[in-house]
Amino acid sequence: MANLKEVRGRISSIISTEQITKAMKMVSAARFRRATEAIVRMRPYADKLREILGNLSASLEDNSSVFAQEREVRNVLVLVITSNRGLAGSFNMNAIKAANNLIASEYAQLKKTENLHIMAVGKKGQDYFLKHRYQVVGDYNDLFNDLTFLNASAIAEELMEGYVDGKYDKVVMIYNQFKNAAVQVITTEQLLPISPVRDAQAETKTHKVDYILEPSQRAIVEELIPKSVKMQFYKALLDSHASEHGARMTAMDKATENAGELLRTLRLQYNRARQAAITNEILEIVSGANALSSES
Amino acid sequence: MNLEILTPDKKVFSGEANSVTVPGTQGSFTVLNNHAPLISTLEPGEVKVKSAQGMETFHIEGGVIEVLKNKVVLLAESLS
Repeated sequence: MANLKEVRGRISSIISTEQITKAMKMVSAARFRRATEAIVRMRPYADKLREILGNLSASLEDNSSVFAQEREVRNVLVLVITSNRGLAGSFNMNAIKAANNLIASEYAQLKKTENLHIMAVGKKGQDYFLKHRYQVVGDYNDLFNDLTFLNASAIAEELMEGYVDGKYDKVVMIYNQFKNAAVQVITTEQLLPISPVRDAQAETKTHKVDYILEPSQRAIVEELIPKSVKMQFYKALLDSHASEHGARMTAMDKATENAGELLRTLRLQYNRARQAAITNEILEIVSGANALSSES
Repeated sequence: MNLEILTPDKKVFSGEANSVTVPGTQGSFTVLNNHAPLISTLEPGEVKVKSAQGMETFHIEGGVIEVLKNKVVLLAESLS
């Protein structure tokens, strides 16, 4: 019976799909754990840096750092962080959609005059923006193979250089912020110029101490600001990385579940068809035997 | 005094130390017990930590050090 064979074929193909989704889920679970550990390891450094910077920059009268100057916005860089691989539910699409919304609502004019630049970290975002003829800068897809602070800060330095040279007047970052394994929050953050508000908030929490400052308060603040920009960028990368694996884990778990359900109904169908075939065969044999005995 | 050496990727050193010598922007200096509160930027160079377990040396590519109430925190960008 053709139907029987067809169902058998579908069953075996779904079994192999299920195995793949299950394996992907396991791999993502392991990577997810490592990615969240990296976030935890980064935290003490980030907290201390923010504390020192908040302490020092609040008492500095004029915040004239080159990275804090608000300029007339003629060139904007939108930094979109996605992943290199798909099959992570709506993870990549959410980031791309958020970027599109932002561009449509705020930078539509700049896009027409080609003053809107896109930096896509992650192959999925890069593919999309290249296909839709945006001005895409650079290629950073290898970053996720070796996600360390050193590699991330190289990109951040490039951004800061572009900002200081006047190539970009504003850098906005869009990424999936990590909440937990099942929840990612699309976040839009301004990377440059830096906002002094954040530092002022940190200041109110920490008490005043008379530090010996070497070489000087201004010099220290100026040295720390690029570090904090790098840190903000690195944190976004780690968040996005953890979110990616969280999203993939959830997506693959759902896929495995669906495959299981599909298998159950297909097996039922298969057994029904098999039984029907057996009944048919018995009927044929019995009626054949009856015909023979009535002849003799 | 309590010493912590942190990088964005990991915690390199955490525990009691007798002294730590760092490459400050205005020259190398050593922090001993009960040092006055201090914040200083650091140049690329060697960090030497003396503790009960002996001496350890790290190479840093710049960073910043904070000393407060016998607690020393060294933030290094990269370390080997």
